[in-house]
Amino acid sequence: MNKLKQIGATIAFAILSVFANAQTATAESHDIMRSNGKVYVVMAVVVTIVLGLFLYLISLDRKISKLERKS
Amino acid sequence: MIHKPWWKILTFLILMYVCTMGFLVDIPKLDGRLQHSVRNLFFHVPMWITMMTLFSTSVVYAILYLRKPSSKYDIYSLEFARTGLIFSFLGLATGAIWANYQWGAPWSGDPKQNGAAIAVLIYCAYFVLRGSLTDDEKKARIGAVYNIFAFFMLFPTIWILPRLVESLHPGGLGSEGNPGLNPNDTTSAMKMVMVPAFIGWSLLGVWIATLRVRVALLKEKQLNNE
Repeated sequence: MNKLKQIGATIAFAILSVFANAQTATAESHDIMRSNGKVYVVMAVVVTIVLGLFLYLISLDRKISKLERKS
Repeated sequence: MIHKPWWKILTFLILMYVCTMGFLVDIPKLDGRLQHSVRNLFFHVPMWITMMTLFSTSVVYAILYLRKPSSKYDIYSLEFARTGLIFSFLGLATGAIWANYQWGAPWSGDPKQNGAAIAVLIYCAYFVLRGSLTDDEKKARIGAVYNIFAFFMLFPTIWILPRLVESLHPGGLGSEGNPGLNPNDTTSAMKMVMVPAFIGWSLLGVWIATLRVRVALLKEKQLNNE
């Protein structure tokens, strides 16, 4: 359980750092997110979706583990 | 094994690598044909690989069930097939999106498209068959037999037949071999993302399937206790 919390915290901080970078990036007009036809915006979307799915899967996994321990 | 966290962490790491490197890796300039859509190699193709992994696992458990009837094997077989079917739908849908921009229409009756659709329908029939039987033991036994049949229909329809005829999928001229992406269109850098993509998405499929298995096993336990 603690391990999962640690992993969750690591992921949360990783996402936070992305947001932090995005804030500074808006200052320049030719940053990486706007290069290559803005394809990296799609990358950010895909990463967010997959991260969300993983968080959902982890929560399901933990719920099922709890049920298994009860029965 | 299914309760160990290490392979779930591995799945996460691999997929994060795939979802970032899939967009960052340099792609060859194929005279403007595929452009960036070639990156679908890391997202559309793994859906089919995941489906194959899950259906293969399902058929293994079907054979195990026929050798030694135990409801545990039946549950594994059923839930892996169920998750595999979800991934095959994802494969068809993502393929249709890609085809719309690459071949001009979401469905052009390409042999590989038709073959995949037939295979998916055959697997749908597995659930219809199971649903039509009321006796649990019969359900499991006939289901297992049909599962083996469906698996051996899957191979000709998606691996063999599309290779024998001309296909919109590159390299579908029989002799060229791979009716997926033309091997000449990929670089070794892309393979460094493609192989982890196959493994990562497959592991994700296995994870979802094992969750379903665990729920089904819990339900069965509950029924036995009542």
